[in-house]
Amino acid sequence: MPEATATAEKATAGHASTKGATIELEHLTKRYPGSREPAVDSVNVGIKAGELVVFVGPSGCGKSTTLKMINRLIEPTGGRIRIGGEDVTHMDPVRLRRKIGYAIQASGLFPHMTVAQNISLVPKMVGWSKPRIRSRVEEMLDLVGLDPGEFHGRYPRQLSGGQQQRVGVARALAADPPVLLMDEPFGAVDPITRNHLQDELIRLQQELHKTIVFVTHDFNEAIKLGDRIAVLRERSHIAQFDTPEAILTHPADDFVSGFVGAGAALKRLNLTRVRDVEVTDCPTVTVDDPLPSIFNLLRASGTNEILLLDKRRRPYKWLRRGDLMRAEGSPARAGTLVHDTVTRDATLRDALEAVLTDNTGRVAVTGRRGEYIGVVDMETLMNSVHELLEADRLGAMEHRHEREEARAQQTHFEQEDVDAGEAKA
Amino acid sequence: MNFWEYLSSRHQQLLTDAYQHAGAVFQCMIVATVIGVGIGIVTYRSEWGGSLATATTATILTIPSLAMIGLLIPIVGLGVPPTVIALTLYGLLPIVRNSIVGLRGVDPSLVDAAKGIGMSRPARLVRVELPLAWPPILTGIRISTQMLMGIAAIAAYASGPGLGNEIFRGIGSLGSKNALNQVLAGTLGIIILALLFDAAYVLVGRLTIPRGIRA
Repeated sequence: MPEATATAEKATAGHASTKGATIELEHLTKRYPGSREPAVDSVNVGIKAGELVVFVGPSGCGKSTTLKMINRLIEPTGGRIRIGGEDVTHMDPVRLRRKIGYAIQASGLFPHMTVAQNISLVPKMVGWSKPRIRSRVEEMLDLVGLDPGEFHGRYPRQLSGGQQQRVGVARALAADPPVLLMDEPFGAVDPITRNHLQDELIRLQQELHKTIVFVTHDFNEAIKLGDRIAVLRERSHIAQFDTPEAILTHPADDFVSGFVGAGAALKRLNLTRVRDVEVTDCPTVTVDDPLPSIFNLLRASGTNEILLLDKRRRPYKWLRRGDLMRAEGSPARAGTLVHDTVTRDATLRDALEAVLTDNTGRVAVTGRRGEYIGVVDMETLMNSVHELLEADRLGAMEHRHEREEARAQQTHFEQEDVDAGEAKA
Repeated sequence: MNFWEYLSSRHQQLLTDAYQHAGAVFQCMIVATVIGVGIGIVTYRSEWGGSLATATTATILTIPSLAMIGLLIPIVGLGVPPTVIALTLYGLLPIVRNSIVGLRGVDPSLVDAAKGIGMSRPARLVRVELPLAWPPILTGIRISTQMLMGIAAIAAYASGPGLGNEIFRGIGSLGSKNALNQVLAGTLGIIILALLFDAAYVLVGRLTIPRGIRA
């Protein structure tokens, strides 16, 4: 691990970021003095490097305690934690925490420091040079989608809840840790902002490939974000640890299926993103285009509608054939405003929602700065849902088979272990 | 001689007294602040430690100031030492209490966040807890100063410095033609000093309370 960090530091100097490290929790236990039952009872979890794992479970199930044991905010009373193969159970907790990003509910930003000061805390503690810290702060703000020039000197109370949360994530990532722990980070923001932040996190993770452990009680959030999900019941017992697809299609027991709740088929839509389905093109014009060319396009294209883009190529209005006539040739007055757009990272559920609310039967897909990329329509959605369900049905059978095989192998290994132990004795 | 004539004839003496009065209070406040915040830092985490510190300093404040100085004279002698000790002890309560309240009032999730990003215990205290607790601590210091301004007058009883001398001289020669002038000059001087200090604290607050948490 020391070598790994050394190379990692070199890598950051060259602007590449540290990739994730594995996390292994072995029989991790927390027993509070004076209570008979342990709060967390012998948790075993193996998390792969670069994976986003969500701990989800009812409140009080110990998911947060388990998370806080990884950076030893809560000292485990038993078991072992390995990060990147290194046993950190007895490492100096202060040094350990500087290598682990930590983002919490309601951002946890220090109100007496500016955004820049908040972000630069950890890099300062680990001894980065001033110019490096300064450029890192800019880089981080840019990464979480905030304009560095505008937000650099602001205080947390001058930010909205969503912006604070973004800065919180930027602070957690500032010293480029391989591991990021997130404790219900989006719990305190409104649903729309939460949706945006989730999309952002997915985008971030695609760029950075950190190992992220994310705690939430919201199963939909877990499905949307997790590469794998650990469904926890009381005392952090793992009811099921698997991919979202597997949990939705094959809940291990009644507890999990109860937690998954109704409408698993609909939730399935949360697992696929717009980027995974075919984004079709649709004829577009911009507000600057001369009127005759708009007419020509309307006539030439087979469709009834064309999309009018604004000066920055963002979707602005849907124009129908008759619209321009009625508005006496002024595109500014014609057509219906675009209500809702989705990004490539949006889920099919979001897309379906947008398609259903928009009366045009399709939704425009936009890029990072809101620029037009293409459209997704009802037909595409229907087709992909059909494909998904079909694939699930096949996967289901395969999965059941695999699980049974794995279980057989496990018993086999355990048997061998016992044999070996006995032989030694 | 009316009051104004008295002031102009004695202004040299009055200014010296006022200067010494202010100096004594200011220096005792610095000592009291260091000790008071220190006690706060040591005790705020434990329930009984905090109560003990508050109760002790509160008890000190109930001792009549004249009695306190009277008790100190046989131990440390006359002049400056009893004054400094008495003022410092009296100044402790508001500072200790507000330090404890302020430090306990820091949002636990912020302390958790500070821990979580890898700040050591001293770093947490200096970079997060004390700055956030600073507004109430400063209020404590301000209250303390106002209190000491008045109490410092008693120091003259132990031949200490300050405007108290003026007041005691007046009381000692009641009936003489300047007695009232002396008491009045001493008292008004103390009030003016107290107001000046208060104004200074407003400025200190502006300069030291971070913009992000200023009300």
